Amino acid sequence: MLSKTVAELAGALTRKEVSARELTQAYLDRIHQLNPALNAYVTITAEQALAQADAADARRAQGNAGPLTGIPIAHKDIFCTRGVLTACGSHMLHNFIAPYDACVVERLEQAGAIMLGKTNMDEFAMGSSNETSWFGPVRNPWDQARVPGGSSGGSAAAVAASLCAMATGTDTGGSIRQPASFCGLTGLKPTYGRVSRWGMIAFASSLDQAGPLTHSAEDAALMMNAIAGTDLRDSTCLELPFEDFTAQLNQPLSGLRIGLPREHFTKDLNPAVQAILQEAIRQLELLGATFKEVTLPNNYLSVPAYYVIAPAEASANLSRFDGVRFGYRCANPANLDDLYKRSRGEGFGDEVKRRIMVGTYALSAGYYDAYYIKAQKIRRLIKQDFDLAFNEVDLILGPTSPHTAFKLGEKVSDPVTMYLEDIYTIAVNLAGLPGMSLPAGMLNGLPIGMQLVGPSLSESRLLNVAHQFQKNTDWHTQRPEV
Amino acid sequence: MSWETVIGLEVHVQLATNSKLFSGSATAFGAEPNTQASIYDLALPGTLPVMNEEVLRMAVSFGLAVDAEIGKRSVFDRKNYFYPDLPKGYQITQLEFPTVGRGSLKIQLENGSEKTIGITRAHIEEDAGKSLHEDFQGMSGIDLNRAGTPLLEIVSDPDLRNAKEAVAYLKKLHSIILYLGISDGNMSQGSMRCDANVSVRKKGATEFGTRTEIKNVNSFKFVEKAINYEVQRQIELIEDGGRVVQETRLYDSDKDETRSMRSKEVANDYRYFPEPDLLPVIIDDEYIAAVRATLPELPAARCARFVSGYALSAYDADVLTSDRAMADYFEAVVTLCGDAKLSANWVTVDLLGLLNKSDLSISESPIKPEQLGTMIARIKDNTISGKLAKTVFEALADGETNVDQIIESRGLKQVTDSGAIEKLVDDVIAANPDQVAQYRAGKDAVFGFFVGQAMKISKGKANPAQLNELLRNKLKAD
Repeated sequence: MLSKTVAELAGALTRKEVSARELTQAYLDRIHQLNPALNAYVTITAEQALAQADAADARRAQGNAGPLTGIPIAHKDIFCTRGVLTACGSHMLHNFIAPYDACVVERLEQAGAIMLGKTNMDEFAMGSSNETSWFGPVRNPWDQARVPGGSSGGSAAAVAASLCAMATGTDTGGSIRQPASFCGLTGLKPTYGRVSRWGMIAFASSLDQAGPLTHSAEDAALMMNAIAGTDLRDSTCLELPFEDFTAQLNQPLSGLRIGLPREHFTKDLNPAVQAILQEAIRQLELLGATFKEVTLPNNYLSVPAYYVIAPAEASANLSRFDGVRFGYRCANPANLDDLYKRSRGEGFGDEVKRRIMVGTYALSAGYYDAYYIKAQKIRRLIKQDFDLAFNEVDLILGPTSPHTAFKLGEKVSDPVTMYLEDIYTIAVNLAGLPGMSLPAGMLNGLPIGMQLVGPSLSESRLLNVAHQFQKNTDWHTQRPEV
Repeated sequence: MSWETVIGLEVHVQLATNSKLFSGSATAFGAEPNTQASIYDLALPGTLPVMNEEVLRMAVSFGLAVDAEIGKRSVFDRKNYFYPDLPKGYQITQLEFPTVGRGSLKIQLENGSEKTIGITRAHIEEDAGKSLHEDFQGMSGIDLNRAGTPLLEIVSDPDLRNAKEAVAYLKKLHSIILYLGISDGNMSQGSMRCDANVSVRKKGATEFGTRTEIKNVNSFKFVEKAINYEVQRQIELIEDGGRVVQETRLYDSDKDETRSMRSKEVANDYRYFPEPDLLPVIIDDEYIAAVRATLPELPAARCARFVSGYALSAYDADVLTSDRAMADYFEAVVTLCGDAKLSANWVTVDLLGLLNKSDLSISESPIKPEQLGTMIARIKDNTISGKLAKTVFEALADGETNVDQIIESRGLKQVTDSGAIEKLVDDVIAANPDQVAQYRAGKDAVFGFFVGQAMKISKGKANPAQLNELLRNKLKAD
């Protein structure tokens, strides 16, 4: 039962094969059993979850349940939750209890989803392996010696290990898609502005976007129906009419034109991953899609541009963590400078400090033009590459990650190698486009994803292609033995 | 050695919105600490700014009032620095693309001429909170009520050449702001704060000297004193062979001196960059036209109208229109009595004298415009003389309210009956034969003596015009 998709569980709840309370209790039991090893959750809200489950059962009995009513969910610990610890993977917020819910949390609660707890993550979403968390690393359910990817590693591991039916993630440079690839999940990063950032702790404001981590494209569409949409509290959130992301799922793919970026299919790509992608391409051709090569000539600049822009924004976004009003405060500060230096020095981990320093440097007088302004110019070029490509094709297909999940400790001491993890995903954030990763095959017992990228606001089309692919393949149905 | 002073002012005006620039918190002055601070004002993580549109309207209305270019696309930036009363660790301001661009305003100099002062720009930004350093046993308290209150920072060109010009410019700004109703302009409560950039150079030099910035001077008087002190300090420093250091200085009004706060040479690097949480503010001609349509008549236009429409002197018109409430008061008086010149005299001399003496503003005046207007109307219709009107005015100032009752109860009505005045004149002439002889011998100055005597007997109530005429006739005739 617990390994079912959201759509399947919704059916079971409707047919009264199971109650929300039973389902919730079963997940809680499994969390209790497996989480000590996986470390996917940092906070478990059992009592609150059971109360929500009872409410969901009552709502279903009244006949006004939606598809997510009674479905247990895990929230990345970057989303503020009223009355429940929101630590964002950091010692800095080890004691922070927000008096408000993030917009995403609020909307999923309104849809009747049941929060099981908060999931582990790289500290302030800075990392690609979930190893920078103050709460310790998360282990990949497919191989516990390996990382689940990051920064939404806890959410990905929780869904993969059936510790919840679905989870929220956030994606600033690949933090939904790369863990989805490493854990065999479907992960969608929506168009920038699709989902409100209100109540989501900011890493890089112009890049951050919340999205679903699920077993299937259909589940992702159901979650998108709940979380997407205008929110006046976020000025960058787009004002759009309601869109039913499930409506296009069953459209045939005939006539679909898919681009393969020359720059992604080079000798740098692991041949085994390349072979898996070729098989996926063949499958999509059978479904009616046609393929052609496209070029994204500035893609190679995306990692350096990102590691100027994201740290620059982060350096300001993280200034509020100063030990004055909330969060970690050092013991016995001698004076104001000492309070700042030690609270931040002791409260932040190394990767966060590294990025604050990089960002501060990039914005400094004398360097601003050479780094920040130049990076913004590159950002426009990257967006332009995509615009030109989408004149010729409907979507772009490529790898999500250069390889399958790597071993814990393998890259954590080498930041540049770690940063290159996101080489295929980062450009999508810089361009503000929707991108998703879905399981495309297995390599040595480990899942590997492929990435679909579409023009602005093409989530329904991406989900449609992914759903049709999943109807004809079974990679997304595979579950690890934990 | 002859020196020239160069002054530029940065004026922070707190905009009189009901809620803050980026949050819904109230902005009232004097509330209990931290009772007007929302989760956004506290910079709790995940909270985001949402622009208060009223602030934009106010900024644009100011821009239009000083003939400024209005930024069709203004962009907010983050100015980064750490301080406990700056909760986010950055202030949201406008660096490169302010809402109000280049403009200007005219000031009147003491010699009566006009001077145009350039306005470099005016940008929207949020205020910081307050650090309270007393009563916390060696620690500091933070009050975030003010954090996020909207400010308009108005930057002048370095066009001002002495402290008096600086004060004239400030007063003009103050007047415009009150006319527009975009701030209460209360300097002692910090609704209008002034930083002065001051430098000196030898007369005829084209390069500017090194400037110092005097921070947060909170009255017109202190602005003048602080600048004068600073100018003198710089001149003496240079003449003694020293050099001015670019720095921020604080004016101490108790000691009447400026002293160094921090050196700009080791200043913060604010690491400005565009605020990613806010979209650029785009406005079109239609929006600007709509704001323009709501602008009230501004001081310069009203002053010109007072000169042309009421035939007032430029000086009187300027005094009356510098304060919107005063100009409104004056016009209410004129409407009632129909005599602009007389109204101007009573308002600028008697009423202003009274208000200054008791340190009241025009809106707190004990005499209402209806009362002053009625009183002047009684002068016009010869019910009372201008001289006895002073008695009425004093009674009004002391809290009496009905002009006609005051005249009645004190018997101030003029005698205009020609028979009665003729008798009075006859009595005075009969009683003073010596003076009559002097007058008739050609000593015109004695005429005043007869007037004085007649007024004394009539207790000032004889109509002066009638009295004069009859006196002259009788003195001539006999």
